[in-house]
Amino acid sequence: MKKFKPSEEVDFVIVGSGAAGGVMAKQLAQAGFSVVVMEQGAWGAYGHEQDYNKDELINRFPSEEDRLLSDPKTQRNTFRRNANEKAVAGSHNYGCVVGGGTVTYGASSWRHLPYEFNEASTFGTMKGTGIADWPVSYAEIEPYYTQAEWEIGISGPNIKTPLIAPMSKPYPCRPLPLKSSGALMQKAAAKLNLTVTPNVAAIITEPYNGRSGCINCGACSGYGCQVKARSSSAVALLPVAVATGNCEIRVHSYVRAIEVDASGRATGVTYFDKANNNQENFQKAKCVVLSANGTETPRLLLLSKSNRFQHGLANSSGIVGKYLMTGNGGGASGLFPDPLNEYKGAVTGAAVLSYVPNDVKNRGFYGGGRMTARGQMSPIQYGLAGPHGAPSWGAGYKKALIEQANRRLTMVNFISQLPVETNVVDLDPEVKDAWGLPAMRITTTSHENDFKAMQFFIDRSVDILKAAGATEVWADQVNDSKGGAHARGTARMGNDPKTSVVNKYHRAHDVPNLFVVDGSSFVTGGRNHPTMTISALAYRCADHLVKAAKTGNVTI
Amino acid sequence: MSDSRRSFLLKSFSASTAAWLTANWPAEVAAAEKAQAMGTFTYFTRAQAADVDAMAAQIYPSTDTPGAKEAQVIYFIDTALVTFAQDKQDVYAKGLADLASHTGGKAFASLPADQQIQVLTAMEKTPFFRTVRDHTIMGMFASPQHGGNYKKVGWTQIGFDDSLNFRAPFGAYDKAEGTW
Repeated sequence: MKKFKPSEEVDFVIVGSGAAGGVMAKQLAQAGFSVVVMEQGAWGAYGHEQDYNKDELINRFPSEEDRLLSDPKTQRNTFRRNANEKAVAGSHNYGCVVGGGTVTYGASSWRHLPYEFNEASTFGTMKGTGIADWPVSYAEIEPYYTQAEWEIGISGPNIKTPLIAPMSKPYPCRPLPLKSSGALMQKAAAKLNLTVTPNVAAIITEPYNGRSGCINCGACSGYGCQVKARSSSAVALLPVAVATGNCEIRVHSYVRAIEVDASGRATGVTYFDKANNNQENFQKAKCVVLSANGTETPRLLLLSKSNRFQHGLANSSGIVGKYLMTGNGGGASGLFPDPLNEYKGAVTGAAVLSYVPNDVKNRGFYGGGRMTARGQMSPIQYGLAGPHGAPSWGAGYKKALIEQANRRLTMVNFISQLPVETNVVDLDPEVKDAWGLPAMRITTTSHENDFKAMQFFIDRSVDILKAAGATEVWADQVNDSKGGAHARGTARMGNDPKTSVVNKYHRAHDVPNLFVVDGSSFVTGGRNHPTMTISALAYRCADHLVKAAKTGNVTI
Repeated sequence: MSDSRRSFLLKSFSASTAAWLTANWPAEVAAAEKAQAMGTFTYFTRAQAADVDAMAAQIYPSTDTPGAKEAQVIYFIDTALVTFAQDKQDVYAKGLADLASHTGGKAFASLPADQQIQVLTAMEKTPFFRTVRDHTIMGMFASPQHGGNYKKVGWTQIGFDDSLNFRAPFGAYDKAEGTW
């Protein structure tokens, strides 16, 4: 791998190596630019994925070097429901390894529907929300979805229905196997007249681009993939970037500030070298790309204060960190008479699409969602959670645990969440992280509309499980979000510098050579399956950057 | 002991003890390995091990199928407390010292089963009980290389097959339906 000295001015420094950072690194390095990717996590099993361990205990208690997710004990964060509360210790975490969250995610890879890019002009706005159109249309982004799907490696159904975004090219790989969850959803769909399809997943099902297909090992979401079938940035994109000889991945590098010069241009990033006693270094760059996820991206902008940018970098609008969307929950579970063995295969096999579109008139709320059926639990996870309706230890616990094993199915729903200005990522005024920097503070309460949406999807989950033949069904409580994966909206794109952080090509309105591309760019949240749209946005941003940089001007 | 267990034991120590560990680990891990083979313990005294073993046996009892005793969960916990769960040593030390106050001074392990259940029910909200409960379950269902789940008795009970790969159909309903 090519190595750069921090003092050497590279063309691009990219903060983060996940869904967006991986695309940016590959596209920019292939175009001939020098690139340094800053990753605060470790290598993981980059390049020797066969060493990822299926051992659940080891996965649950990783050593620092084997850790795949951030650790809320050191990467501290706080949480509160609203600005009147004092924030308490939070449990928010995110992918923290070469490849970011794509190393461990469930891999659902749905496109946004065309109308999810222009909700304000299609459906109107709503009091207390920041619903707005994206500055990009579906037609503009469609070629980049296709490019992302074929370069990254996506499996899915090739079905034409208004419930799935129109595609100019089918998915490159056939769908994941029908699991018992899929068969049961089909049974329910036949009774309730619903549309069920295989899940769209960044998991290849047959040999593709030099990688082998999924072997259905079942150590899926939360684990690194031993056979490189999950199309993470670490196997599908970063090795290509590194092979150009133009790209260095620098691990254990925790960026604490984006620096600017007197003219307001970014000059590079200051970072702690975690493996080297947290020594502070400065990587010089012509251009900075920020792809640190929907929560760390706004935090880093807010940490990058200077005389010129007293409220944080790229924040003249004052909305960096606002409009946070992290994804709401709520579903139901049921028990079936025969074994499902959902622990085998990928985590999500099937999706119910019928409630994706809006139907305000009949449902009484704005938005929709994609429903999935899953029952994947590893043995320790199952034992600790315990059987339904039984004691938590003793003979009754054991009996129910054995009886219910492999017979449980849970509807996990991916529901729209409206952007609300008071849902915020900012800096905790008191709590510091393990490096002495202000901890991330998350403040969030969903809009009233979204509580109705959650209840709707809980009720539909109960209906579906009953129709599928569950002998016992129990509903979740409405579960307002507190953080976690899928963070979006905190550096939104737009044409107006007063109401957005980046323009339609992800350039910060306030800083000509700073590009922010990841979930934070989202204007509205879609149906809470953000990764494929993050990838497509990154391809589009990179395409623009390459063209602009080749003419010697990235500031267009 | 497999390489992955050894490396897990090695790496699971906190950073502060890493230097100590690098110098001493072969002896420590070899001792844990030998202890189980000999029926002796690394962290617990014999009396402590008897009490924790009895607690585990009530949490996951032996019925018509094996329980925590047959799964050798006590060895899992003994090793856990010097590796990934060493931060729980205090919880055990205090909990075990306090146990006698619930038993009228008698050894917990010496009580008849119904009294053991009574004692545990009275203390089921304590951090000590919750920790032993979670460790017992982990010991039932973690890979046998960590000391418990002896001969995969835990996995067998809940129908978990630890094969490295599978072919569809996986369960009863997809078997009946076929493919998409």
